[in-house]
Amino acid sequence: MDKLSSVFTYLKDSPMLTAGLGLMAAILLFCVAGPLFVDTDAAQPLSVTPRLSPSAEYPFGTDDAGRNLLAVMVLGVPLTLRIGLLAGSVGLGVGILLGFGSGYIGGKVDTLIRGTVDTLLTVPSLVVLISIASTIREEISVEIMALVVASLAWMWPTRTIRAQVLSLRERAYVQMAKLNGMSSLEIIWKELFPNLLPYLAANFAGAVSGAVLATIGLEALGLGPQNEPTVGMTIYWAISFSALIRGMWWWWAIPIAFLAMLFVSLILIAAGLDELANPKQRMAV
Amino acid sequence: MSRGFIIRRVGLFLIVVWAAASVNFFIPRLATGRDPIREKLGLLAASGGLRQEGVEAMVKAYQAKFGLDKPLHTQYLNFLLNSARLDLGYSLANYPARVGRMIANAMPWTMGLLLVATIIGFSLGTLMGALAVWARAPALFRHLVFPLMTLSAIPPYLLGLVVIYTLGLQLNIFPLSGGYSPGTFPGFRLDFILEVIHHSTLPALAIVLQAVGFWALGMRGMMVSTVGEDYIALAEANGLRSKTIFFRYAVRNAFLPQYTALGLSMAFAVSGQVVVEVVFAYPGMGTLLFRAIQASDYTVINGVVLITIMAIGLVTMVMDFTYPLLDPRISHQRLD
Repeated sequence: MDKLSSVFTYLKDSPMLTAGLGLMAAILLFCVAGPLFVDTDAAQPLSVTPRLSPSAEYPFGTDDAGRNLLAVMVLGVPLTLRIGLLAGSVGLGVGILLGFGSGYIGGKVDTLIRGTVDTLLTVPSLVVLISIASTIREEISVEIMALVVASLAWMWPTRTIRAQVLSLRERAYVQMAKLNGMSSLEIIWKELFPNLLPYLAANFAGAVSGAVLATIGLEALGLGPQNEPTVGMTIYWAISFSALIRGMWWWWAIPIAFLAMLFVSLILIAAGLDELANPKQRMAV
Repeated sequence: MSRGFIIRRVGLFLIVVWAAASVNFFIPRLATGRDPIREKLGLLAASGGLRQEGVEAMVKAYQAKFGLDKPLHTQYLNFLLNSARLDLGYSLANYPARVGRMIANAMPWTMGLLLVATIIGFSLGTLMGALAVWARAPALFRHLVFPLMTLSAIPPYLLGLVVIYTLGLQLNIFPLSGGYSPGTFPGFRLDFILEVIHHSTLPALAIVLQAVGFWALGMRGMMVSTVGEDYIALAEANGLRSKTIFFRYAVRNAFLPQYTALGLSMAFAVSGQVVVEVVFAYPGMGTLLFRAIQASDYTVINGVVLITIMAIGLVTMVMDFTYPLLDPRISHQRLD
């Protein structure tokens, strides 16, 4: 009960975090409750009358190939989220390992890891992902997509976590733990890790957002899982079949609205957690 | 600037280019073990463009031409040498067009759009972020922060679809796609330049809308801590004009991390622009890449990947060299 009330105090302090989590809850509710109200088989082509604008029967309309776009979103939003969460987790995991290693061990390891990260950050990641994805285009599934995206999702977490570890390493309580004879691993696990939790959470939201961004970019170019109704592939089909000029606004506007909600929610969560982790950043303007 | 720093920085650039070329070489070979040339010729044969019995001979001829019958390390060395000479070979889908020529045609479009949109987005965003914190600025700027934050979260190509629909289709102010109208001849004339600007406004707007929010948020964070500094209070106590304090004292200091971030953001910006170009059928590298993906034109894909990474590496490097001009405290001397 105590913990719960402290969570609420936090949320009251940070309107950004509250708004972000609220938006995310709405998206998750849509994903969970959606299948109860709509027949998800209608996300396949040729299942409903094509080219219908939104109506009571089809609130999001239908596309050229006869998919019910509500069903497509009910299936596609969780798929896109899943790619983002998978790739974000892998990215953050690698970032934690390398960031803690680089920051805490220092020396040559640090020089090597930092050099690699700084070098890779100057490379346009989407372009490299395109080169990977276009060679394995036929085999791409949701999981492979997540791995491809994760391959370039770890640099930013590594960089920021390393910077935090460097500053924490010199704090008095870490020196104290050292004098008490704690081993390096123990210090990392018991002293540094708990103090960095809000940072890691903020980083996770950022990594997921970056992964979804890369995924949508690849999918909008047609390099996504070909037979899955993901949000990005829906945008690809809408662009390919000139939905824009043909006035079928619902075909592209609805997936964009979902993505906008998702991105805004993630950026709010990341910014809110950042504020909690670093009260100096709190902007009382 | 010390010679050591320049050598190290150029070395880093060369490593990036070498890594990019290696990725280009190894990924297609590791990923599937497929032979794109045989596949492409097989496809042509199936569509009736070639006679089946000729294909084997052509595969042999191609393999000899590209050195694919040699051991892997020889191929790798040849590939690196060719990349270093910017010899990117022929397009598989549009033979005998040379990949280098196709990229040279697309490059000015992409770099032009990228640089103009980045400069506008960066300056506008930085100024708005600074004004959002400045107490004497109109309250409007403080209220703009949330809408800008929302915009910064949305990828520019999605904003692109929205601006095409509103400003292009509904209001009919700007052309929907392309770099210039069909039928006009490209040339260095005023009417052609105006037409290019007319066509580039919407793609640039899509990029700027997202970038403004990103840079405004960054500058706002920096300004919050800068205006709390003692030297600002001292400047105010000395009775300096508000405008002077704002530009010379606050913005000048808060601006430095912002400019460092600009170098790092170039790679990110070009990633977004690739898709923006596709949405607008803009005749740059993104559209070239998209067409190559659709045609499984691997030599063009590889060429675009390599040259884009090189170009952005070059831009980032030049920006690194300009830091000491902006911040007298950095001289790159002490690094040695």
